[in-house]
Amino acid sequence: MEVLNIEGTEDTPKIMLDKGNGIFEISGRSLPEDCAEFYKPVLEWICNYAKEANASTEFVFNLEYFNTASSKLILDVLFALDEIEGTTIHWHYEENDEDMMEAGEEYRDLVEIPFELKSF
Amino acid sequence: MKFIYDLHQSMMTNNVVLVYEGDFTQQTTKSILSMAERNLESSGEESTIKKRIFNVMVEALQNIVKHSDEKEAPAKPKHHAAIFLIGNEESRYSIMSGNPVRKENVNSLRCALEKINSLDKDGLKELYKDIIKNSTLSEKGGAGLGFVDMARKSGEKLEWAFVDVDDEVSFFCLKVNIARYK
Repeated sequence: MEVLNIEGTEDTPKIMLDKGNGIFEISGRSLPEDCAEFYKPVLEWICNYAKEANASTEFVFNLEYFNTASSKLILDVLFALDEIEGTTIHWHYEENDEDMMEAGEEYRDLVEIPFELKSF
Repeated sequence: MKFIYDLHQSMMTNNVVLVYEGDFTQQTTKSILSMAERNLESSGEESTIKKRIFNVMVEALQNIVKHSDEKEAPAKPKHHAAIFLIGNEESRYSIMSGNPVRKENVNSLRCALEKINSLDKDGLKELYKDIIKNSTLSEKGGAGLGFVDMARKSGEKLEWAFVDVDDEVSFFCLKVNIARYK
């Protein structure tokens, strides 16, 4: 399966989805003008990955900021992952960033999969 | 030329540290954000506060880009521009915006804002979760969460007003305060 590697910019996150090496990460800031367009390849990749997923998928979110339009798309990503057996979400946030921690807690309440919060 | 001095005085009196007036695009949004971010970096403000300010700025600016009714308004050119301001007072920062909206949209905006201002912290959290679960992105790419998020980041009531422009257009003014710690 092809690696999805999108470099981060000042308003879009870095995406690394690599089935072979077991690396699944969305990091940085997410405030693109057209969120649906930006996350489309991500959702498509996960949809394809779901058909031949690894036994375990450790999916990392390491976000600094995201806008509200992205927050909806992030939930769509989580819902897509919710369907994949063996998935654990790792929600990383900067120490003392209570808003990002709370965002993680809210997402945790909305999905069924194991969801771990960790500050760094 | 005196208006330059008057504008300067008015900004000083109202503790306004940044004003952008004109056409708003994602490009201007990015420029304003990076300028404000540099200023914040050098301000020594606490990281949580900086992030909240940044968050509210993003939502306010993207609201203008997406929802300012200028494009549909068949009004005169003077109606087309929006304004974005940052205030810096001793006890708080303020993110302010003003943009034209068509009068038929005023009521729904007013209702949304009144509802948000009637809720406490937990109420806003529930509303946020409710909207994010049940909404789909609008044609303009908004999730309908912007004001809710601004109110949550602010921790204070949103201040807003509609100023009559003409028969078809009102000018929507919004002020979001973010208290400093201590």
